[in-house]
Amino acid sequence: MDAIILQILNGLDKGSAYALIALGLTLIFGTLGVVNFAHGALFMIGAFCAVTLSKILTISFETIDPTQKDFLGNPLVVKTPYVEAWFGPEFGAGLIDWAVPLSILFSIPIMIGIGFIMERGLIKHFYKREHADQILVTFGLAIVLQEVVKYFFGANPIPTGAPDALTGAFDFGTLLGFDPNTVIYPYWRLVYFFFAAAVIGGVFAFLQFTTFGMVVRAGMADRETVGLLGINIDRRFTIMFGIAAAVAGLAGVMYAPINSPNYHMGMDFLVLSFVVVVVGGMGSLPGAVAAGFLLGVLESFASMNEVKSLLPGIDQIIIYLVAIIILLTRPRGLMGRKGVMEE
Amino acid sequence: MLGMNKKDTALMIVVAILALGAPILLNPFPTESAMAQFNAGYPDLMQRFAIFGIFAIGFNILFGLTGYLSFGHAAFLGVGSYSVVWMYKLLDYNVIWGLPLAVVTAGAFALLIGYVSLRRSGIYFSILTLAFAQMSFNLAYSVLTPITNGETGLQVYTKDPQVLLGANEANSPHFFGLVMNSSSKIAMGGWEFTFNNGYYFCAVILMVMFYLAIRIFRSPFGMMLRAIKSNNTRMTYTGLNPRPYALAAFVISGMYAGLAGGLMAAMDPLAGAERMQWTASGEVVLMTILGGTGTLIGPVLGAGFIKYFENIFSKINDNILHGWFSFLPDGLEDFVVFIIHPFIGKGWHLTLGILFMLVVIFLPGGLVEGGQRLKKLVTSKKDDSNNTAKTEPAE
Repeated sequence: MDAIILQILNGLDKGSAYALIALGLTLIFGTLGVVNFAHGALFMIGAFCAVTLSKILTISFETIDPTQKDFLGNPLVVKTPYVEAWFGPEFGAGLIDWAVPLSILFSIPIMIGIGFIMERGLIKHFYKREHADQILVTFGLAIVLQEVVKYFFGANPIPTGAPDALTGAFDFGTLLGFDPNTVIYPYWRLVYFFFAAAVIGGVFAFLQFTTFGMVVRAGMADRETVGLLGINIDRRFTIMFGIAAAVAGLAGVMYAPINSPNYHMGMDFLVLSFVVVVVGGMGSLPGAVAAGFLLGVLESFASMNEVKSLLPGIDQIIIYLVAIIILLTRPRGLMGRKGVMEE
Repeated sequence: MLGMNKKDTALMIVVAILALGAPILLNPFPTESAMAQFNAGYPDLMQRFAIFGIFAIGFNILFGLTGYLSFGHAAFLGVGSYSVVWMYKLLDYNVIWGLPLAVVTAGAFALLIGYVSLRRSGIYFSILTLAFAQMSFNLAYSVLTPITNGETGLQVYTKDPQVLLGANEANSPHFFGLVMNSSSKIAMGGWEFTFNNGYYFCAVILMVMFYLAIRIFRSPFGMMLRAIKSNNTRMTYTGLNPRPYALAAFVISGMYAGLAGGLMAAMDPLAGAERMQWTASGEVVLMTILGGTGTLIGPVLGAGFIKYFENIFSKINDNILHGWFSFLPDGLEDFVVFIIHPFIGKGWHLTLGILFMLVVIFLPGGLVEGGQRLKKLVTSKKDDSNNTAKTEPAE
């Protein structure tokens, strides 16, 4: 029992990342009808927003402290980050410590900006072209973004820590009456899950309860009619693209402490996220979220030792296997609308 | 000639001349000159031209003719490599055992994947093939380690049976005694040309494969494949079932990929799982698009173009750049080098990505279309009246 709960918990954080990326992909596909292969790169850029902010905050100046000596006997050179000098050592250190959560604020405008530029500068010219062309041009864009990041940050993963207050692990088992230390779960992953849930809830609420969201939903259902009613639907879809980019970016920001960002992390997630979108149903937002969590949990169940000894290698292929079965038996996906991309 | 019309015969002859004369044609600069770094006439690179040419020709039979965009062709490449190395391990280093096996196993594998994947089309097909390829890649790394040797890569060890290995047989891949990695060098004036056995082996196979592709393009079967691309629904209404044709195209292109993978292992007796990764599938897509989808010569050009620039661009460094721009004033020189710096050396993939985007955006027909447009620009001034609205398919 405790093992099962542990696996569900383990699946949730990866599932959250899948769900967030798949949500953005589906938003783009549902609004603009574009298959965006560069979405993984947006996730990666989000993670590097966190890296950038923590680098900016730790920019330091050097002072020589004559009272202390280093191991060679020379006066010790002390590095002090500017933020500590400006805001006092305690508040400054706190800022540096909380760099990743702070990057949420830092990354939203950046990601929306990148989304706007991408849509207006490139994607808009591809509405009328085939899906194959869209895949290819965004694939090229993904390579470019990835290489630009590699140029500035190097090819190695950059460890970016969570705040000290959230680095420990939470003994989940004692809460449910198991022995201590059977079900322990890192705080940050819990934070990630709740954060993802909040973002997903926010996006759904935005679409469901605002006039803007209503127009967007109407546009997703019948773009032409909405356009004939005199509404500038293109502009709203551009904004939705920005939001989708921001969702992917936020997923990346918060993922940085879980997995040190490197320049190709986006590609690794992209393939899986596409599978998630297909399983959930092209163009279905709830489907994308549900499939994200479902596949995340399934993946972590498949990596249990009991399952692996029964079916060796299943943990490596479970997601693809599920996708193949779904595509062949129910091509519209779990929650896809009938007739949407079903051929 | 050989069942080809005049135009195709000419094309075939051009390809044959390029393939056979490559060691000379690709070495236009004397060895000692400053331009020698642009020479591509060394065996390793030329082998890659030929091998990736075969790979791209095969991919084009599927993507160019039927329009099905597969993102999983690297899996067949990997299967081909593994088959050849296994034949080295079990029998001996003669590639004659491995290559046919590579084609057959890759074909069988393609039949399996294609049968399932071709039930869907469009983006679903792309994702299905991608899923299968990633599955094979992950399995090759984990459970199938006894067959693939996991991360280390499959290679021949001295304790392997090699039952056919003769006493004085070559200890590296060969074709009935023709050792692949041996080559003869001829020095002429300032030039030095390397004629490598392995390269010529690949080149001959490339020519045969190119000939086969021409025949497939011109056959009734090729017409059926085009029909799938241009209007699948209408084809169904005329009473034809498109799926067997698409499946046949998929299997053929899988066999081409298997052969290419086998040749890779024939040049260098190693096989690693990273050959099956989806980035490798992406590479062959790039080659085909860059050269010109659906054209005969396009994929070969694209493969050569990408492999050449990958090699050359990644070798250029800042010192070489400073050498080129030394005629500029100092400040300007540094500035120009600074601007170009991200695009060369390790940044080659950035250049490739940008180039690829530009091609998809502005030149969907690839290099071949670019060439045709240039030709049109030059000729249209002379006889504007003759070629009014005469659009020939890009060949």
